[in-house]
Amino acid sequence: MARRERPVDVVLVGFGWTAAIIAQELTDAGVQVLALERGEFRDTVPDFATDTIQDELRYAVRKQIFESPERETLTFRNSADQTALPMRHLGSFLPAAGVGGAGVHWNGQCWRFLPQDFEIRTHTEQRYGRKFIPESMNLQDWGVTYDELEPHYDRFEYLCGVSGIAGNIGGVKQPGGNPFEGARKRGYPLPPLKRSASTVLFDKAAREAGFDPFPCPAANASKPYRNPLGVQMGQCTYCGYCEWFGCGNYSKASPQTTILPVLLKKDNFSYRTRCNVTRVNTDNTGKRATGVTYVDVDGNEVEQPAGMVVLCAFAQHNVHLLLLSKIGTPYDPTTGRGVVGRNYAYQITSSVDVFQKEILNPFMGAGALGQGVDNFNGDNFDHGPLGFIGGGYIALWNTGGRPILQHYLPEDAPTWGSGWKKAMHDNYLTATSIATHGSVMSYRSNYLDLDPTWRDEYGNPLLRLTFDYQPNEHAMSDFLTDQATKIAQAIPGATHHVKKRDGHYSIVPYQTTHNTGGAAMGADPTTSVVNRYLQSWDVPNLFVMGASVFPQNAGYNPTGTVGALTYWAAEAMKRYLKNPGPLVTA
Amino acid sequence: MSMRDSERGKHGHGDSPLRTSRRTFLKSVVAATPALGLLGCGSHHGAAQAWAPVYFTPEEAAFIDAATQRLIPADDLGGGANEAGITAFIDLQLAGAYGRAERWYMQGPWPRGIDQQGFQLKYTPAQIYRDAIGRMEAHCRQQHGKPFAQLDPARQDDLLHALENGKVDLGEIPAKTFFTMLWQNTQEGYLADPAYSGNRDFAGWKLIGFPGPRYNYVEDIENFGKPYEAPFVSLVGRDPSAYLRGES
Amino acid sequence: MNARLGIAITLALGFAGLCAAGAVAANASTSARTSPGPHASVQHGRYLVRAGDCMACHTASNGAPYAGGRAVPTPFGTIYSTNITPDPDTGIGRWDGDDFYRAMHQGIARDGHRLYPAFPYPWFTKLSRDDVRDIKAYLDTRAPVRQRDIAPKLPWPLSMRSAMAAWDAMYFDAGSYQANPEKPAQWNRGAYLVRGVGHCSACHGDKNFAGAVDADHPLGGGFAEHVFAPALTGGKRDGLGQWSEQDIVDYLGTGRNAITTAAGPMAEVVSQSTRYLSEPDLRAIAVYLKSLPAPPQDDVADADAAVMRRGAALYLDNCEGCHLRGGTGETGAFPRLRDSSAIQAEQPDTLIATILRGDAVPATDADPTGLAMPAFGQRLDDGDIAALTTYIRQAWGNRAGAVSSKDVKDLREKLHRNPN
Repeated sequence: MARRERPVDVVLVGFGWTAAIIAQELTDAGVQVLALERGEFRDTVPDFATDTIQDELRYAVRKQIFESPERETLTFRNSADQTALPMRHLGSFLPAAGVGGAGVHWNGQCWRFLPQDFEIRTHTEQRYGRKFIPESMNLQDWGVTYDELEPHYDRFEYLCGVSGIAGNIGGVKQPGGNPFEGARKRGYPLPPLKRSASTVLFDKAAREAGFDPFPCPAANASKPYRNPLGVQMGQCTYCGYCEWFGCGNYSKASPQTTILPVLLKKDNFSYRTRCNVTRVNTDNTGKRATGVTYVDVDGNEVEQPAGMVVLCAFAQHNVHLLLLSKIGTPYDPTTGRGVVGRNYAYQITSSVDVFQKEILNPFMGAGALGQGVDNFNGDNFDHGPLGFIGGGYIALWNTGGRPILQHYLPEDAPTWGSGWKKAMHDNYLTATSIATHGSVMSYRSNYLDLDPTWRDEYGNPLLRLTFDYQPNEHAMSDFLTDQATKIAQAIPGATHHVKKRDGHYSIVPYQTTHNTGGAAMGADPTTSVVNRYLQSWDVPNLFVMGASVFPQNAGYNPTGTVGALTYWAAEAMKRYLKNPGPLVTA
Repeated sequence: MSMRDSERGKHGHGDSPLRTSRRTFLKSVVAATPALGLLGCGSHHGAAQAWAPVYFTPEEAAFIDAATQRLIPADDLGGGANEAGITAFIDLQLAGAYGRAERWYMQGPWPRGIDQQGFQLKYTPAQIYRDAIGRMEAHCRQQHGKPFAQLDPARQDDLLHALENGKVDLGEIPAKTFFTMLWQNTQEGYLADPAYSGNRDFAGWKLIGFPGPRYNYVEDIENFGKPYEAPFVSLVGRDPSAYLRGES
Repeated sequence: MNARLGIAITLALGFAGLCAAGAVAANASTSARTSPGPHASVQHGRYLVRAGDCMACHTASNGAPYAGGRAVPTPFGTIYSTNITPDPDTGIGRWDGDDFYRAMHQGIARDGHRLYPAFPYPWFTKLSRDDVRDIKAYLDTRAPVRQRDIAPKLPWPLSMRSAMAAWDAMYFDAGSYQANPEKPAQWNRGAYLVRGVGHCSACHGDKNFAGAVDADHPLGGGFAEHVFAPALTGGKRDGLGQWSEQDIVDYLGTGRNAITTAAGPMAEVVSQSTRYLSEPDLRAIAVYLKSLPAPPQDDVADADAAVMRRGAALYLDNCEGCHLRGGTGETGAFPRLRDSSAIQAEQPDTLIATILRGDAVPATDADPTGLAMPAFGQRLDDGDIAALTTYIRQAWGNRAGAVSSKDVKDLREKLHRNPN
């Protein structure tokens, strides 16, 4: 018999970026909020202290900073004719565990999506005609526009202290910034990070190739920064241990460095760690959430009643919870009906390694220290002759030079032996790589559901992922790679090695942790799980946060958009709490 | 209602699996080995203490010595795997959480999948090494009448290439899987922080020019094209070997 | 005549401070009252109790507020703070105004026994009668707690209270603050706060063998338990010579200024006490402190070159991530180490303790972050820390004495025995 806790106004599942933002917003409005985190508490000191955190083997190779598959994993297959098998090691993506979530170990690459990205279906039909969209592609508008999200992007950027140069203020192009970005009201809160030798190399070559490079926007503070909540950040010192590590000197934006000092002092906020939520509970109508059930650190089942429930766990974990809780109609790929689990997407990446002679000192880096071009993102270019939908940015990221995992060797380097030693010796300080970061659309055949065979320690079915890259994504990615190659070719005295993304999607090599979808937002309840305010169509006192709600993924890292949507949804939640009920009538 | 005390998130910093003091850092690497001892603050052992295998049998250690010395040989660019202490590194890793696959999903059943679905063996790294080395040695004795370590280098290289290309039968464990794991761990042993007993005296970092963990490059990052000159450093200071011996 | 004038000025200043703090509805300049009403008296008393940080000693960790029982280590033994809640049997509930004034002004308890100067009556003696009355008015509103006082652990003959009569005779002069008529009101207010309720030189003053502060050189720096409280006189190197008045106001009011952040016991003093002081009072303290002349600077011997090299290496490897190259720190985030009076304090104990144990900026409403420094005590041994602190104290134009391994070892052991 589950123990029952005292009710709270709002319970949040998870305590990462979206939970920290929602908690801060709602507690300011006088609401009583409880966050339930399955991992442990973590803070800059002692957990990410400068004298212990730069340990590549422990955190990046043995992956001790992430969730372990031993505790939570999913099953995977490329297509429905295969049997899904458990992801036994982490590889392709790296979900977090612990307070702060992936906000602790991200790089800080902090982008806005393009205005067209939010209305991609309408825009594509208008520009290219309906037939341009493949039958199997579930291309969907988001139900919200860039203009509606603009002030919320701004809020997230100023919360984080993003370092960059705006490219478009109020419709006026700004020199030095991204000429393709959507209009913004004002510039970034901090100037760009310092440039490194490799980003300077890329900048020159990209201009040579006829493109428009700019400093990539970085949630790594270029100067000490005090955010609007009064929380103080330090400045980035280019230590080269950003992604997959916590920041030791308060310069990477995370819940810990931007929100928690204020949030944790509030009387109307509390959190519990080592509590794994296993169900969202609803009443016998199925239309009202009554709270959640979780398993605490001692293995006891606990019922936590709440007036409102917000799913703030990592993208696919939110979907898993909806499926286990039987909220919303699960997606059935054979009939195409149902919504929960539908429209799962990811990111498609490729690279061109560059070998030249100038000493680059790659180990001096920062997670979002990069120079990029956006000429081939979204619909910034004419897709008509090319025949695919989507795009991405091309960038040289100088995130670090960690010896085990961050070195580039020429294609003909021997895999081991003295030849390998020589290749390492000759190339470590001088090689670099140009990355492409492309969108992935949603398809009927890519989805999330519950596995019929494998279970977790609580006896719940694991989430099952069915996903593969489609011809559209390969075509787009190859095109991006060709453009990246042009840039590589413009680097004087350099040779390069083109590494296209070939074949089926594999869960083995790391690519990105940009898992999206499964609980899509939209205007149409037959193709979305939540409405434009991220409120469940089926259960009005349930909201779903995070990249779970992306109907498809764009050509940018998702966190900036996740942050903006969270602020947008928080405003809607405040309206909801004053006047409970569906915020949108379908 | 005030939400304090029992409801308020309580946490001890000892909670965190991420924080290690110098003493517990070494503990986590060394397991319970009496050979290296448990080094704590204020504990200084007078005599130098050499590593002795914790997981490997002497024969397995000899195999790893020989195999890794071919993977990363001594040559005009510097010492090889043995000089870098890679066998010690791998031994200690296999004796610890990595060897026991503590963070992997190890529930059955165990159907084989396609490459895209990744590792689907029911064996831990420690078991894989033991099994594979045993079968490799059996293969060597059968084919060449000697254990691997006594073959000449050219023959050893041939065998490693054969492993790499899946041309050796290791029973349930695909040869490529063992080779990939061995080569991966060898590279780790060469390039991980010397605190983990490999990369002795910064052998791997000296080869490539990686200075070690430093936190501030604000003044250096814009010195384009200039080599970075500061001495090598590790998580346990500039003299990791002395530290590991308990002398610093 | 001067004494009464002094008291009148003090009263007026007290009211001015009160009004500025916004704690009182009645405005002294327009009120018909000549003494505050009971509510105003309690509010003013609360202000003074915070200013005096009574809580710090009179509340044990996890103890009831003001119920005493906290061990106060002194060089002579341990004294336990007393119960100053209004409990009639175990607290001061039966004490009337005169009893309380005698304790604060003369260091004599209600039953006539002498108090030990671990209770800073040599400073509280300066308080005006009205201020003492208001303090008692506030304490009378605290929850009474039944908790017997713990007897002090002092060796004989110090355990005899009558020994205190001799000490008082030699080292203590009772007497309220006498305003200096040649100084402006603001200076006098600052002096009154610093020398009286603030009892700053209880830590920041050098103490003789008997534990009495050197009256000729108060605020020249001194030990507070195992931490060295730096000089607050005008020295440029290790005093407040480089601080502006605003720096002092910011430091006491928020725990941080452009130069440094409050560390160690001062972090607690800021978060429990000085951050509640009114802006005019903070400014008065700053004016007073800035008026204190610089003492003659001692010569400092050059540290050994090998030690400096070792220290420089350790600084590069361990400290630059936050304090950056050249000890510049980061404005608003991490303290500057170059040209720092805290770093160049005559005694390096605070610096060593901070490196051994780490520290955190006090979190306040104005600055909630609580930026922290990790502990390096396990990572660096005594020789390392000696070299590192010597380097920091002599690099970048800093000029303070070298630190020995023994200094570090001794402090490490002391901290281990007394983790507070």
